[in-house]
Amino acid sequence: MRNKQKLNLTARRGEGFGVFAYVLFALAALAAFLLSTCLGSVPVPLSDSISAMLGGLRHAIFPKFDAPTGLAATIVNTVRVPRALSAGLSGAVLALAGCAMQGLLKNPLADGSTLGVSSGASLGAVVAIVIGFTIPGIPFAGTTILSAGGAFLALLIIMTLAYKLDGSLSTNTIILVGVIFSMFMNSVISILVTFSGEHTRGIMFWTMGSMSGKRYSDVLLLLVSLLIFGGILLAHGRELNAFAVGEDNARSVGVNVRRVKLTVLICVSALVGVAVSVGGTIAFVGLVTPHMTRMVVGPNHRKLMPASCVAGAAFLMLSDLASRTVLSPRELPIGVVTSLVGAVLFVYIFYKSRKGSR
Amino acid sequence: MLLEIRDLTVKYGAMTILDDVSFSVDEGQWLMIAGPNGAGKSTIVNAIMSQAPYTGNVRVCGENIVKIRPRDLARRVGVLSQSHNVGYAFSVEEVVRLGRYSHTRRVFSRDDGGDAAAVDAAIEMCGLRPMLNQSVLTLSGGELQRTFLAQLFAQNPSVLVLDEPTNHLDLVYQKQIFALISEWLKTPNRAVVSVVHDLSLARAYGTHALLLDRGKLVASGVPRDVFSRENLERVYAMDVFAWMRDMLGQWDDGDS
Repeated sequence: MRNKQKLNLTARRGEGFGVFAYVLFALAALAAFLLSTCLGSVPVPLSDSISAMLGGLRHAIFPKFDAPTGLAATIVNTVRVPRALSAGLSGAVLALAGCAMQGLLKNPLADGSTLGVSSGASLGAVVAIVIGFTIPGIPFAGTTILSAGGAFLALLIIMTLAYKLDGSLSTNTIILVGVIFSMFMNSVISILVTFSGEHTRGIMFWTMGSMSGKRYSDVLLLLVSLLIFGGILLAHGRELNAFAVGEDNARSVGVNVRRVKLTVLICVSALVGVAVSVGGTIAFVGLVTPHMTRMVVGPNHRKLMPASCVAGAAFLMLSDLASRTVLSPRELPIGVVTSLVGAVLFVYIFYKSRKGSR
Repeated sequence: MLLEIRDLTVKYGAMTILDDVSFSVDEGQWLMIAGPNGAGKSTIVNAIMSQAPYTGNVRVCGENIVKIRPRDLARRVGVLSQSHNVGYAFSVEEVVRLGRYSHTRRVFSRDDGGDAAAVDAAIEMCGLRPMLNQSVLTLSGGELQRTFLAQLFAQNPSVLVLDEPTNHLDLVYQKQIFALISEWLKTPNRAVVSVVHDLSLARAYGTHALLLDRGKLVASGVPRDVFSRENLERVYAMDVFAWMRDMLGQWDDGDS
């Protein structure tokens, strides 16, 4: 018995992961989405929610049909669907970015936040709130623009610093610079919060993340960036595998190491920048989702990245649902939920796997 | 000429690591690069992989390596390092398949670059069939080195560059790795360059040899001449022949 257990441990996980498991992952995400449309301060039966969404979709495609009316349909179509989709897409975006970083830097602790990009993005957003930067006619566009700008600026500073320190852009240098930069940015945010007076509450909410009040424009922004930058990352699965085996090995098998590294870093910072601009800093999704997905799927990025996307979407939709229902009518920042659930789940899984391997 | 190195000089600041070294390797040759620590052996490998700032000329299959794109370079030169620190639990098969990277062109093409037979042959040759689905994190040092050797065989470059390939391995694995490489070398249009510490292995397997000392070329030619008593004594500052004989002599009597 003991022997058999040992044999199982040396065998690799995720051996038979095929279409069936993808369907299961997708079903979980779909279930999370449907739950999000039904549950809340005004409960809506599943059938009503589905017919409201179908009616809304029909109206959007063929305007000659009327939009569905009634309180339930309005809540579902104007509040819950864009919110759930924003949460799901943010989760997918963050998990994919984290997954790519963990492969590229051969480090399971890497993530958009380790790179310092999230901090740069939230600093941009906080600055927008404090100085009241707005673009006339487009609400929230000021925050989005400064936040995405902050992410890119952060990347630029981190990469320049890392490059000055070490011309080969080694992974350790990038992580070290990223962590230090993150701490610095967080201090700057704290200083801003201290002097921000009446904005404090809004800023705090931003730094903890929230999906409240998201609209279809947010969904569109997330979707487009997922398609473009996520698509580029997904196309680099083989290169990320080579990096995850080792940078020297990647070079030996013929990967254009510097080009791939730059491409991945730019895509990751774009994805994280957009996600932060929509939902604030949401901790743990980018770090833990790929890690847990890897336990099921195995480390091959060609399978791992799409699976992490779907898992991240399901995880963040459920977290958002919990954030607005558990203490209803109060609403928790979504980052609080992801950190609470994520940390406990992570420790549990880590403990189980360590105990098992002894 | 498969590999040609002309006037290779590597400097880090004021320190000269390699000083005007030239040599070439032709089809069917196995060049052994030997010398004491700090002689600049591994720096030659780094220069071939464009990992060290050098002046001079490194040509592979007649073309200057600075002009070759990474993917094309990988189909001409493959490097086996002395140790590997794999990040995640990839299977043996996945690591071997990575060797086909330079042969894949499209995003959606298969990992083996459409040549499952090349991967299969490499796996078979290195005796990895029984551990195909095993995680590389659970392998012994020798098994891991064999996995990366199979990756190189799947990559199928013209020149194999080995940086002290059996440094951490016990005698059995040393023998295995060297036997596998000399088997690989039998196919036409292939050559091997390896950095070695063990002079006995260098003499046994090398067709040519290079002796370095503090960045300078001391001798080159056939191993018997290069590893002559005088050359070795000059480079290692001790009577290497006498020492080797003493060491090996211990095994002659007693047990028989």
